[in-house]
Amino acid sequence: MENIPGIIRQVPLNYYVLLSTLLFCIGVIGVLSRRNAIIILMCVELMLNAVNLLLAAFSSYYSDPAGQVFVFFIMAVAAAEVAVGLAILTMIYRNTGTVDINFLNKLKG
Amino acid sequence: MSLSIFYFLSFLAVLSALMVVIAKNPIHSVLYLIITFFAIAGHYVLLNAQFLAAVHVIVYAGAIMVLFLYVIMMLNLNADAEPQKSPWLKGAATIAGGTMMIVLVGALRSTAEVNSISQYDPNIGLIKTLGKTLYKDFMLPFEISSILFLSAMVGAVMLAKKETK
Repeated sequence: MENIPGIIRQVPLNYYVLLSTLLFCIGVIGVLSRRNAIIILMCVELMLNAVNLLLAAFSSYYSDPAGQVFVFFIMAVAAAEVAVGLAILTMIYRNTGTVDINFLNKLKG
Repeated sequence: MSLSIFYFLSFLAVLSALMVVIAKNPIHSVLYLIITFFAIAGHYVLLNAQFLAAVHVIVYAGAIMVLFLYVIMMLNLNADAEPQKSPWLKGAATIAGGTMMIVLVGALRSTAEVNSISQYDPNIGLIKTLGKTLYKDFMLPFEISSILFLSAMVGAVMLAKKETK
C-alpha cells in the first residue's frame, strides 16, 4: 500500500470523469458556437484531449497499460488529422478567401 | 497535497479551455489551448504516466499547436477578420452543450464506484511497460498506424499543393 501515489488515494476516479466531461462539453460548445474553421478544429482537439485524459486516468487507477497505449494511438491519429485538416483549410482559404464556415454552403440544396 | 494540485490543474485546464472558446483573436485561442495542454500534461504526471506526459507535450504543444499557429499566421487571421455568430445562436450552442453535460453527469452519477487499489502497479506509466504492451498486444494497430501516417502525409501534400492547370 506504500507505493500508491497520493493522487489515487486522495482523488476519487469520479473527479476525473467529471473533469473530462466538462472539457468535452466545452469542446462541443466551441464547435457549435464558433464560425472560424480553425477554431472548430482546435475545439475538436480539446474533445480528443478530454477523452485522452479519461483513458489515462482509468489506466492508472486500474493498473492497465492498454489504456495508455490507446492514448498513444489517439495522439497519432490526432496528429494525422490535424495535418490533413489544416491542408484542407489552406486549400479552402486559397479558393474562397475565407475560413468562415458560413461561406462553405455549396453542397446546400 | 495531491488533491490541491488536482484542483489547481483542473481549474487551469477548464478556465483556459473556456478562454479558447471565448477569445476573439485566433492567436489567443491557440495560446490558451497550449495552456490547457500543459495542464493536461500535469495531470498525466500526477497520474504517474510520465511517458504520456512527455509525448503529450512534444506532440501537442510542440508539433500540433505550432502547425496551428503557422497556418493562422499564413492566412493572416486576426480579431478584426474573425467571423462572429449571432448572440442568439451562441446562446443556443451554450444551452445545447450544457444540456449534454447535464445528461452525461446524470448518467455517470448512477455508476458504481469500483476500487482496485490493492493491486496497484507503479510501473504502468514507464516506457518499459508501455513498450512491451505496444509491441506485444498492439503490434498490428501499430503497423497500421504507419500506413495511416503515410496516407496522411501524401494527402496533406496533395491537398496543400497549388493546382497546376
